[in-house]
Amino acid sequence: MEHIRLPKVENVKLLDRISHRRRRVGTLYLTATHTIFVESEAGVRNETWVLHSLVCSVDKLAATPSGCPLLIHCKNFQVLHFIISKEQECHDIHLSLQRLSHYDELYCFSYKPNVDEKERRQEWDFLDLKADYSRMGLPSSLWKLSPVNQHYKVSDTYPADLFVPESATPPVIVGSSKFRSRGRFPALSCAQGESHTAAICRSSQPLSGFSARCLEDEQMLEAILRSNPCSDFMYVVDTRPKLNAIANRAAGKGYENEDNYSNIKFQFVGIENIHVMRNSQQKMLEVCELRSPSMSDFLEGLESSGWLKHIKAVLDAGIFIAKAVAEEGVSVLIHCSDGWDRTSQVCSVACVLLDPYYRTLRGFMVLIEKDWVSFGHKFSHRCKHVVGDPKEVSPIIDQLLECVWQLMEQFPCAFEFNERFLITIHNHFYSCQFGNFIGNNQRERIELRVHERTHSLWSYLWANRTDYTNPLYRPNHSQTQGLLRASTSPYSFKFWKGLYNRFDHGMHPRQSVEDYLRAIQEETQQLEEQLSSHTQVGQGYADLPQA
Amino acid sequence: MEFAELIKTPRVDGVVLHRPFMPTVEGTLCLTGHHLILSSRQDNTEELWLLHSNIDSIEKRFVGSLGHITVKCKDLRVIQLEITGMEECLNIASSIEALSTLDLVSLMYPFFYRPMFEVIEDGWNSFLPQNAFKDLESMTDEWRLSEVNKDFSLCPSYPPLVAVPKDFDDETLKKVATFRHGGRFPVLSYYHKKNGMVMMRAGQPLTGTNGRRCKEDEKLINATLRPGKRGYIIDTRAINVAQQAKARGGGFELEANYPQWRRIHKAIERYNVLQESLIKLVEACNDQSHSMDRWLSKLEASNWQTNVKEILTTACLAAQCIDREGASVLVHGTEGTDSTLQVTSLAQIILDPGCRTVKGFQSLVEREWLQAGHPFQQRCAQSAFSNSKPRHEAPVFLLFLDCVWQILRQFPCSFEFNESFLVLLFEHAYASQFGTFLGNSAAERARLCLPEKTVSLWSWVNRPQELERLTNPLYEPNSLVIWPSVAPQSLLLWEGVFLRWNRSSKCLDEAYEEMVHIIEYNKELQTKVNSLRRQLAQLETEDPLLHTP
Repeated sequence: MEHIRLPKVENVKLLDRISHRRRRVGTLYLTATHTIFVESEAGVRNETWVLHSLVCSVDKLAATPSGCPLLIHCKNFQVLHFIISKEQECHDIHLSLQRLSHYDELYCFSYKPNVDEKERRQEWDFLDLKADYSRMGLPSSLWKLSPVNQHYKVSDTYPADLFVPESATPPVIVGSSKFRSRGRFPALSCAQGESHTAAICRSSQPLSGFSARCLEDEQMLEAILRSNPCSDFMYVVDTRPKLNAIANRAAGKGYENEDNYSNIKFQFVGIENIHVMRNSQQKMLEVCELRSPSMSDFLEGLESSGWLKHIKAVLDAGIFIAKAVAEEGVSVLIHCSDGWDRTSQVCSVACVLLDPYYRTLRGFMVLIEKDWVSFGHKFSHRCKHVVGDPKEVSPIIDQLLECVWQLMEQFPCAFEFNERFLITIHNHFYSCQFGNFIGNNQRERIELRVHERTHSLWSYLWANRTDYTNPLYRPNHSQTQGLLRASTSPYSFKFWKGLYNRFDHGMHPRQSVEDYLRAIQEETQQLEEQLSSHTQVGQGYADLPQA
Repeated sequence: MEFAELIKTPRVDGVVLHRPFMPTVEGTLCLTGHHLILSSRQDNTEELWLLHSNIDSIEKRFVGSLGHITVKCKDLRVIQLEITGMEECLNIASSIEALSTLDLVSLMYPFFYRPMFEVIEDGWNSFLPQNAFKDLESMTDEWRLSEVNKDFSLCPSYPPLVAVPKDFDDETLKKVATFRHGGRFPVLSYYHKKNGMVMMRAGQPLTGTNGRRCKEDEKLINATLRPGKRGYIIDTRAINVAQQAKARGGGFELEANYPQWRRIHKAIERYNVLQESLIKLVEACNDQSHSMDRWLSKLEASNWQTNVKEILTTACLAAQCIDREGASVLVHGTEGTDSTLQVTSLAQIILDPGCRTVKGFQSLVEREWLQAGHPFQQRCAQSAFSNSKPRHEAPVFLLFLDCVWQILRQFPCSFEFNESFLVLLFEHAYASQFGTFLGNSAAERARLCLPEKTVSLWSWVNRPQELERLTNPLYEPNSLVIWPSVAPQSLLLWEGVFLRWNRSSKCLDEAYEEMVHIIEYNKELQTKVNSLRRQLAQLETEDPLLHTP
């Protein structure tokens, strides 16, 4: 590998992030894909592996008497603080890592686990979005599968298969798409089956400017309204702060004018944009990195980062929509600017609140596949898979996971999966180990031939599902049913140390209730098997003729 | 005095009661000497029985002739009563006011309460010092039980029996007592079996501005050191606070006079500051503004979590000195009845697995709080809603319980008791039908004849039906020292106390039940499998033919 200037450095110190007095001494190795630190203390062979594609930044700090510090920040919030004794060695490692972490070929194209080609192809069949739509009872008399976006002709960031109202004709769809940013016309995200006809639809902002109108777009919304015979109006939710939406009007974009669309109720919900979210997370991570902070440092830092306020805003929006659908029986159209960030968040949160299916292992994978992967959340840009515009990077998908985690804290029995599941998914949004999140949309993934060349995360997670199962979940538990009535009082939100301080093991509970319960459940299963075999043997005795 | 004099209107009909997360009840309100009772006189609606001593403050306002009384309780619950008729409402309000602020201990409910349950084990005799000392004697012969304080004259806040180094006679102890605040000479708090190190506690030394010394005091604490070893004095006050104490006759141990000891100052807040902190925290929890910024800034400004962190950090330090450094420790602040006890009792939770059992924890509360002279009655006279200016009130014990809860959260399988037990102790420390937390010291409890005239909380708790509710189903005895994390990320707001009445705990309770169910079902199967195995074994011996298939 021409990028590796120095494959091995001995006598490297790895400092503990919380207490710098605790340090481990060992050898640092650079491979084509990983940085590996092997502790050299007698008796222990403790290894730390860091994937190059997870590396966010490598910084060489000013040399100190004890050596030259090298700081590695990872996208999964791991921070490694090495001290390399020789300046030149540190320099070489620094340069090598900078190149290795910005490597031209994504890891998923070279990741080759021991799986044959047939199995690899089957991995990609594990999730089928059409099956999810038929689970919702689609196509139905109200919603149809539209071929309009085959070959991505209408919107190149949308999926090829989309559900639209039965009454929406191709000219209406195409006309409406021309009046929407990036051609992202209103399409179905989630319908609630036969008994509830209210649906959640999504789009990008209309190109309304100060006064522009589009008849087809108005007809499109009318068609969505008519696909819900139980209600005579629908909500249009703009997830942006009102000011941002108004500012967009000057650029010929904007939001729906209630006067032009019949029977809509228009609503802003005020979620901030990707730049605000990026800065907010950055500030919060700085707080997480403080060395022995006081309680005030921590709480003040958390407050001024604004992070939890943004999480609350996303959850509040999700609740508004879930209630509109479940309690009022009213359909909702959600959009932001382009309709791939805030819109995806809010659709997903609403779906999780509404439909118990999305709270299962498989259902949550489907949800991410549907609202994020297929509807063109720009993973490649947002997760910085390749070097690009730093202003495109933003932790929008992290916020979805956190909203779900906050809900799990409030409803410990409602989710089939556990925190580890969310953290693993988070890791792989960024790792590029699997092909699922490569590129920015479906069209790009097809061009990259992702399904032919890479592995799928979903079947990997499914194969290891025992690790990701919540022992408190029971499909017939009352918490598992129906709408989750979440609290969004500020005190209901917690700081997610499991994710943001994931690698600071000292901060986490030393004993895990979940692991304990899982062990008990495994034992219970064995006992059940023993019991049935003993009962059979006992039955054998009983059947013997009496002497 | 008769209670009847204070009750202007004993009964009002048609009163509407609003409680958090419970249906509204309309019924008859009755005031008795000790209770506020509201009953709809219908089956299957829960009645309200509220001890007057649980009422922290009341507010009244009128809309026309409809009176609204807001009752704020010491357990942080807030309830509303709607009473028609201005006169009735005013009478009820003033009666509640009078009944809930009675100062006279002998009028307290525990003196009138008759248990409706069978006392299996009298809690007043469950944790006698002489029994605790027997355990110590089995480990070491370096300590003796002294009766020097038999009549409470040497130290009014100490119990009649205290453990002191064996070689020190009572005369010497009397001299040492004159050198320590409140006569609180150094006594044994904890003996670490693993390495024979000890933790002692005392009041501050009365060095004053001219650096008074007491040879006997120096000798006494030096007697606990191993040859050539240094000990640690943990002063729970910041150095400047300790310096200021000199002007009032107090002070701290000077290096020159205690060369074998290293003194460490930690800043645990004093009682009036803690009371302020509690009031602010509860105010933050009840803020209705729904703004995240406001909540976080109020939570921070309350300093409650800072206090939790400071106390836990100091306890960890004491435990570290003993277990890791192999050194003996002396802990004191000013009086030695508040922050000192927080530190010594939490250090024991960390070090001693025995304190993490139900009985062991009761014993710890008895030894390190009740017997050690924490002035419960003064500290718990008012809670977070009090309008009157705080005098001696402070949530010192509540902070201790909060710290225990934090450790319990981090080691959920290492405690025999659960969160409910801690909440129960909080409630009973502030208002109770039992006599356990009455009085400010062993001396006062003896004077009030509490063991004869009242029932002990432990008598009630240590019955199978109560224990079942308070036992942690995850418990697996853990003989190790448990080191909690004190990083801000690891310390959480104690929802079970502070958000208890602000949000429904239904889903969390269900999760707890689910957990219990998983464990119970496992046990049930184990029993079944074992009994089947026995039956099979028996059948096999009875029927030798079956051995040859």
